[in-house]
Amino acid sequence: MTRTSEPPTPAPRTDRTVRRSPRSRKSRWSRWASDTGWRHLVAVLVLVFSLIPIVYVVSAAFNPNGTLSTTNLLPDSFSLNNFRRLFTEENIPFAHWFANSLVIALPAAFISIFISSLAAYAFSRFRFTGRRPMLLFLLLIQMFPAFLAVVALYLIFGGIGEYYPVAGLNTRLGLMLVYMGGALGVSTWLMKGFFDTIPKELDEAATIDGASHAQIFFGMILPLAAPIIAISGILAFVGTINDFILASLFLTDREQMTLAVGLKTLVAENAPASYFGVFAAGALLTSVLTVTVFMSLQRYIVSGLTGGAVKG
Amino acid sequence: MLDQRSQSAGSGTATGMIIKIAVLAVVTALAVWAALPLIRAEAWWALAVEAAVVAIVFHLYLQRRKIPPKYLLPGTLLLIAFQIIPVIMTIGTSFSNYGDGHRVGKDQAIEAIVAAGVQQTPGGTTYLLAAGESASGELTLLLTDTSDGSTWAGTEEGLTELPGAETDETGRITGAEDYSVWDLAELNERQDELTALAVPTGENTGIRVQGLSAFEGASTRSYDESCDCITDSATGTVWHADDEAGVFLTEDGQEALVGWRVNIGLDNYARVLTDPDIRGPFLGVFVWNLVFAAGSVLLTFAVGLGSAMALNRPGMRGTKAYRAVLILPYAMPAFAMILVWAQMFNRDFGLVNDLLGLDVNWFGDAWAARAMALLTNTWLGFPYMFLISLGALQALPADSLEAAKIDGAGGVTAFRKITLPLLLVALTPLLISSFAFNFNNFNAIELLTGGGPFRAGDDAGGTDLLITYAFRQAFGSASSDYGFASAISVFIFIIVATISAVMFRSTRKQEDVYS
Repeated sequence: MTRTSEPPTPAPRTDRTVRRSPRSRKSRWSRWASDTGWRHLVAVLVLVFSLIPIVYVVSAAFNPNGTLSTTNLLPDSFSLNNFRRLFTEENIPFAHWFANSLVIALPAAFISIFISSLAAYAFSRFRFTGRRPMLLFLLLIQMFPAFLAVVALYLIFGGIGEYYPVAGLNTRLGLMLVYMGGALGVSTWLMKGFFDTIPKELDEAATIDGASHAQIFFGMILPLAAPIIAISGILAFVGTINDFILASLFLTDREQMTLAVGLKTLVAENAPASYFGVFAAGALLTSVLTVTVFMSLQRYIVSGLTGGAVKG
Repeated sequence: MLDQRSQSAGSGTATGMIIKIAVLAVVTALAVWAALPLIRAEAWWALAVEAAVVAIVFHLYLQRRKIPPKYLLPGTLLLIAFQIIPVIMTIGTSFSNYGDGHRVGKDQAIEAIVAAGVQQTPGGTTYLLAAGESASGELTLLLTDTSDGSTWAGTEEGLTELPGAETDETGRITGAEDYSVWDLAELNERQDELTALAVPTGENTGIRVQGLSAFEGASTRSYDESCDCITDSATGTVWHADDEAGVFLTEDGQEALVGWRVNIGLDNYARVLTDPDIRGPFLGVFVWNLVFAAGSVLLTFAVGLGSAMALNRPGMRGTKAYRAVLILPYAMPAFAMILVWAQMFNRDFGLVNDLLGLDVNWFGDAWAARAMALLTNTWLGFPYMFLISLGALQALPADSLEAAKIDGAGGVTAFRKITLPLLLVALTPLLISSFAFNFNNFNAIELLTGGGPFRAGDDAGGTDLLITYAFRQAFGSASSDYGFASAISVFIFIIVATISAVMFRSTRKQEDVYS
């Protein structure tokens, strides 16, 4: 990102104010309004829009009654009752759900990112027959997201379960395997784009020093590519946490469920009305996880998301 | 770090060698573990595939000449196993009638129909009944022999002994490895499925359910190969096999309960295009799907770009704070926030009607539901657009804007003629992938409206996307039609791939995409 270059001030506005200023020097306020004021106005409007649901969840989570009808945008009383129910009620194994989500999402993200970085290294640094077709094929196959093949996956894992019960339907390992496969295409492309920007001269210098390809990859490329690895990791991790379609199909035991599937049952049509507060408390705890991850890696996010598309 | 290592580096260091040996040892151990069940089940084909994979792994990592395959192999294997095979299977399934009533092969279908005619014979074995599902989701009778207490598992394929099942004091099975056992409530709820199930045990004997027990008896039905038909000696009914549709039919066209799986060619695709009961809803769903995807991209991009323009100003106070709050919706768990939005749109107690003093039935009226879906999706998606717009704005060449200013281009003109085109060049690939993502945004619809509202008699709802519609066809409560659902999946893929390809081409950005 070329942060140093003067960011584009909407030319016209300054232009107009400059022209107008001799006539109305008195109204400094109107100049502020046309220059910066509208910016704050837009920002505040969008800010309110983005905050309303979040404030609402917080308010619902601390609402002692826990029902939808007694929840307002701003809380009028405060209690930790919903959080307590989350961890004590037998019918709401929230701790299990939370652990399941982590146990599935963390290894899936780690392994798939590692495997994609290996492939991205090959695509970025070596020229071999079939390289271009393979890259195009990756682009194509990632348009067929795993959940479109949901019927086939269901049947495949039904079959796998007969030979290997540990990885069949209703197991966390099986679900993890699917997620690992699903994230491959996107992250390989993202990482290849980043690896391409690391100068090849570095590799050459290392080769002359006698480093093997493995040493170049693990000792040099991977550390240099930390930002993109962080971003691909977050995207894969958050994507897995958010997945509902595969998780709801694979995991049917209440204790095996992930957060997405489990929390959904709390606001299902036949769930007691007071579960809404419990749900909100659970959603809030889940968001602590994702928001922390996001905020701590915020500075990588813009460059990671725009990837090869915006070459600043 | 690199320097230190390269001192000792030849083309293979000691550490590297040790790691390589360790990894290959793990692969070997896994291979042996994976081979055992295959040998036990005598699945020789699967075993041959496994052996081939292991051989390739060893060959590639023990040779020195070709380096790229060493890096590509893990990804390739994973991709084949969990993306390519499922895609091929989806395409294969889309040409079949696979689904409820057509799950098994013809022989098993015959056995099941014959077993369904089982009448209790005096002195036949009786069983205590429990029921559940196997690891592969198959309906299973869990039976306890009342005479000797032995435990059995029966499916429409046959009866197998089930040693070591947990039982209560009466002997009824309460738990078994690899099976999820139903409680009494579920047993009652799904009584119909159980009554319809017959477990074949021999040429013309079988086990059937009666209340909370089951009995073995002889069937009044028999299969005759010469006429390829099944005759019921008690009622005189004759079913003839229809090999094209995979069903047994009586003279007057009544289908027997169980059919078998056959290849029906393009019938599933033809159904979408010609069956008026499906074509109507399908077209409606398709149009709304396009509107939803395009509308989501437009709205999120408008809000995101607007806020990025507003905040792209050095020295403006509070930009950091604004920015942190604006990306919050992106950082919150999307599934949970969609569920929260669903509650906020509750007609009687929801926040939206409360705050705005409205009484809109958001979930009952199709247009209100669609507006709700777009609004919710805008909230979820605009921070992403905000982030990428901000990145692109900051990367814009300052000189073209300077030039525009000197030429006296006004605010709107400069934005329209310079800023926006430059932004679009950079952002179009991301906008296209956002379109493709929203085209299949299962969560946004399933968790918000579940596809509804449904008009009486229609099986497609007002906000259904193709993907939610297909999912309901495959796993809906009524009956599963995997073949049809797979056909819709293939449709979706073709549509998304075509639209993306056309868009990419028209932006002439391919060179950049795979340079």
